[in-house]
Amino acid sequence: MIEPATEAQLGEAIRDAKANLKIRGGGTRPIGAQAAGEVLSTANLSGISLYEPGALTIVAQAGTPLADVEAALAEQNQRLPFEPMDHRALLGTEGTSTIGGVVAANISGPRRIQAGACRDSLIGVRFVDGHGTVLKNGGRVMKNVTGYDLVKLMAGSYGTLGVISEVAFKVLPASGCVATLKIAGQSVEQAVASMSAALGSPFEVSGAAYITGATPLTLLRIEGFEASVSYRAKQLGMLLADHGDMDVETEPEVSKALWKDVRDVGPLTEGAGNIWRMSVKPSDALAVVAALPDAEVMLDWGGGLIWAKTPQTTDVRTALTGIDGHATLVKGSGFPTFHPEPAPVAALAAGLREKFDPKGILNAGLMA
Amino acid sequence: MEMPVPDSAVLAKKSRLVERLSKVLPADAVIHEEREIKAYECDALTAYKCPPLCAVLPASTEEVSDVLKICHEMDVPVVPRGSGTSLAGGALPTADCVILGVARMNDVIETNYDDRYIRVQTGRTNLSVTGAVEEHDFFYAPDPSSQLACAIAGNIAMNSGGAHCLKYGVTTNNLLGVKMVLMDGTVVDIGGAHLDAPAYDLLGLICGSEGQMGVVTEATLRILRKPEGARPVLMGFDDNEVAGACVADIIKAGVLPVAIEFMDRLCIETTDKFANAGYPDCEALLIVEVEGSDAEIDEQLGVILQIARKHNPVELRESTSPEESAAIWLGRKSAFGAIGQINDYMCLDGTIPVSSLPMVLKRIGELSKQYGLEVGNVFHAGDGNMHPLILFDANKEGDLELCEQMGADILKLCVEAGGCLTGEHGVGIEKRDLMTAQFTPEDLDIQMKVKDVFDPKWLLNPAKVFPLASSKSRRAA
Repeated sequence: MIEPATEAQLGEAIRDAKANLKIRGGGTRPIGAQAAGEVLSTANLSGISLYEPGALTIVAQAGTPLADVEAALAEQNQRLPFEPMDHRALLGTEGTSTIGGVVAANISGPRRIQAGACRDSLIGVRFVDGHGTVLKNGGRVMKNVTGYDLVKLMAGSYGTLGVISEVAFKVLPASGCVATLKIAGQSVEQAVASMSAALGSPFEVSGAAYITGATPLTLLRIEGFEASVSYRAKQLGMLLADHGDMDVETEPEVSKALWKDVRDVGPLTEGAGNIWRMSVKPSDALAVVAALPDAEVMLDWGGGLIWAKTPQTTDVRTALTGIDGHATLVKGSGFPTFHPEPAPVAALAAGLREKFDPKGILNAGLMA
Repeated sequence: MEMPVPDSAVLAKKSRLVERLSKVLPADAVIHEEREIKAYECDALTAYKCPPLCAVLPASTEEVSDVLKICHEMDVPVVPRGSGTSLAGGALPTADCVILGVARMNDVIETNYDDRYIRVQTGRTNLSVTGAVEEHDFFYAPDPSSQLACAIAGNIAMNSGGAHCLKYGVTTNNLLGVKMVLMDGTVVDIGGAHLDAPAYDLLGLICGSEGQMGVVTEATLRILRKPEGARPVLMGFDDNEVAGACVADIIKAGVLPVAIEFMDRLCIETTDKFANAGYPDCEALLIVEVEGSDAEIDEQLGVILQIARKHNPVELRESTSPEESAAIWLGRKSAFGAIGQINDYMCLDGTIPVSSLPMVLKRIGELSKQYGLEVGNVFHAGDGNMHPLILFDANKEGDLELCEQMGADILKLCVEAGGCLTGEHGVGIEKRDLMTAQFTPEDLDIQMKVKDVFDPKWLLNPAKVFPLASSKSRRAA
């Protein structure tokens, strides 16, 4: 395993590489079939380089543990807006999630629906391309249109276009108070209707999820100052009065535990099967779920994010036929990891890989 | 600003080109008479003008594809144009180019309130997107100052911002999908009404690429429910630095206003005379706006006012009615117009870390003395996006050049302070040759490699964004 301790060493390691490198942050989110190769770990590129709470900006080296970043922010009552998921329970992995890994996989959680994805908070990256050249894009300011936005391109490129060495984020104040509206016993159709009504209201819902099981549960989260949270919870309750039996969870610790379980896809962690993650528009969720009778499902993002645990032979992509969206095989086998793209789009992606990694040594084949 | 020498081989093809374009477009959509093409000789950076070879106004994605195929085959450069409101020269033609205007494509294709999106043709203006959904109490969040006129196509090309991005983000954070035509005529769909990319985030790459990767003909945009209410508060301080500290303290306190706007003395006085806004006599003025129900607004403004009082404001004015809110915003909204009344000006767009604000304002003051040109400062303080306005006299020989030199010094100062050359206007031709102040040759090369993938012949808006010397070998190839 190669473990560079500086960006310059990272550059040298890639410049000298003759064969494929398996790029790793903390190793908590392995995905797809990895081609053979030596592991290149960013774990030793660690440390917060800059944190300015008054400018809502934090910059950290790629190998910095996510927990360290979150702890530093919490001390100033701030947070990463996109609420990154912890994959360890779902994937059965161990290790320490790194901030660079979060970016490489563009990992977001329930708040994505309100505050945007990881890529929306990311304002700057430094990375090393397949030549071993150290490059930068974006910066440490939240409005920046200087040149092309390679920041977005690097987010979610899984190390195949370059190895990220440093990341910069716009952060947000953490909310003082949180409450959760719970509606029990709704069907998928009813739940999506309730979530759409809530998300289309002016009451700033920061989470909208649906957990199936013996008694299905629709969850709506409200965050902010105390008086505002209780006001909006009340208004939302009135708006959804005829949607079913409602209960408001006002104990913050209970709400936090509920949303951590949603974030980490807790309901699907037990038992075997393939794990799929699908992104569709919420009103298509019902048709997708109906087309997957063998699956255990969970909805987030108001129905726009469908998590499904299926038998290994189920091709969930057939359920997406004619539906605008995509499915990723997060865990398991038998199907391509990433959703196949139309030929002209796939050609653009291949063209970018060829330019960024002409030797084909960065996680080769992972996104091809 | 230098522009490439027009390609005489392309100029010689004009009649053949017009003939071919006229076969795929209606007669009134191909503009080639010398008198008529003058309408397309510049955008809002009016100091630079150059009539194009011709202009086309396609009415559909198919027509755009047909036009691009022809230009691709004939090796003719194409400059895409939204409404021509770019302050950076993003739509400035070269004499050997075809201007491709999207103004005739302005339909709403679909609105969906359950899934909270709208799909429009990109010639539609920014404000009329909100106009199409406001009867349902929804809105489209990015609000550039030119929103009455600017087109969504240009917003996507420049990744436009506005006054309210502290809370709602800029175009890229509100764009869900595009239909785009590549230079060879291929039509691609990237993104859609769902969230996030299946693999590489090509949508994020296209947004802000200044019309150099393709012509976006349709866009799927996120729409939001309007807040119950909004209310601004006005604060006057006798020192810029204190106003800057107040901004940082508000943000640190955990409140997230939708807008924090800053004006300095020159802007306060000028706009007050012009718009009679009744602004206080002070060095620095902040307008802070929050949203929500009345009770929520009271709660947030309570926190904000408490912080402001600690900084000894010379004035604190809380709005108690829609009329008072409008009065507070009046001067800020008429700032550019007011200054334009008294002088020619150049509007810069550098962004800095909020913490560097006092230092940068002080250095701008020094540069102003050094160059003998007055500068007014008005900007989005919450996100550090500055808009220094350098006053000059266009009729005085050498003044424009002096102003440009000073502008370049200010933008380099923004980069030195940890910021960037442009926060929301784009590079265009205006900041093209300053790119080396922010990027290494390698940083620029990797960006140009991206263009190589989307537009291998470098025909789309080729003389923009990158310093001409850096892009020369690619453009000549």
